Amino acid sequence: MKIEILGTGCSKCKALEEATKQAVAQSGKFAQIEKVEDIMKIMEYNVMSTPGLVIDGKVVSTGKLLSVAEIVDLIKAH
Amino acid sequence: MWQESVNVLVYEWLKMPHGEKLSDALNFFIYDTVKILFLLTVIIYAVTLLRSYFSTEKVREYLSKKHEYTGNVLAALFGIITPFCSCSAIPLFLGFLQARIPLGVTFSYLISAPLNNEIAIAMLLTMFGWKVAVLYIGFGLLVAIIGGIIIGRLGLESEILIEVKPIEGEIRAENQVIVFKTRLKDAWDYTFDILHKIWLYVLIGVGAGAFIHGYVPTEFITSIAGGDNPFAVPLATLLGVPMYSNAAGVMPLIEVLTSKGMLMGTALSFMMAITALSLPEAMILKRVMSLKLIAIFFGTVTLGIMGVGYLFNAIL
Repeated sequence: MKIEILGTGCSKCKALEEATKQAVAQSGKFAQIEKVEDIMKIMEYNVMSTPGLVIDGKVVSTGKLLSVAEIVDLIKAH
Repeated sequence: MWQESVNVLVYEWLKMPHGEKLSDALNFFIYDTVKILFLLTVIIYAVTLLRSYFSTEKVREYLSKKHEYTGNVLAALFGIITPFCSCSAIPLFLGFLQARIPLGVTFSYLISAPLNNEIAIAMLLTMFGWKVAVLYIGFGLLVAIIGGIIIGRLGLESEILIEVKPIEGEIRAENQVIVFKTRLKDAWDYTFDILHKIWLYVLIGVGAGAFIHGYVPTEFITSIAGGDNPFAVPLATLLGVPMYSNAAGVMPLIEVLTSKGMLMGTALSFMMAITALSLPEAMILKRVMSLKLIAIFFGTVTLGIMGVGYLFNAIL
């Protein structure tokens, strides 16, 4: 599983990255986490409100700082 | 009813004398902070909840099908109801251009969105009532529409520093299904987040307001910001541009200043300059557009805001 965090470096984006790391640890699944800061790459996902969360190439959340529990749910639902 | 409770607290429980400057200032401070923080919570919560039904992605899909002028008007209107933070200004700007939305229409949105942010709307409603809030939003829309049309007419597409590849085919926003309970919780989290960020500014603003309320003579304010000073509007606008995160703290001050003789148009210009233009946003936008374009953007909006101030002072 590959999880990407889309964000240009705002405080919410950093917080989402932290929450994602915790969520992956909690979910017990193996996932590669990558922070995408390149604006052109973010645009390719059609995301305009950062931070965005992408799981295996699919945008699952935009413009929101998700809680650890919410990310765990998204990982499990995937 | 709330005023009576504060009176009891200050004059009876704390046994402070009536009519003294210090007790009046304290009374005003307690009354205002509690009132403002309570109403802010309610209004920001309501606005945030309403906004969860509109996403920038959906707005983009809709706007990409509109022409100029109609597009400018709609973009300005959407600026009221969609959430905006200066950190997402770049993805938004590029995203709009990607969807082949004209530059002028994009700017109408970029002017309107921060101008009509939830803190400004909540503060205005709380302190000046719905009439001033409606006037602020109305004139704000006017600045956004006209500003966008002017920028669109100037043919500044070459001033964009990043090559934007248009999206092929139809532009569609993905529908995210969110249950109502999640919306309620998200709106509350967001409201709490904002309050956490601004409560200190509100306290400082009201504190300074209470001081002016109790100690600074009305004649002094009138001589600077009243009708006799023709430069009050430009001065207020230029002072407002560098302030941004402090909007929550500045508005309580303006309330006191207007009650002491500052003209409403001057006050409106000041508030608009604070919210519409911010230096952090300019720094962020520098990554995608030339200084010339940013200067034209800021210049147009500044002139528009000054125009609103003079117009308003002339009417009232």
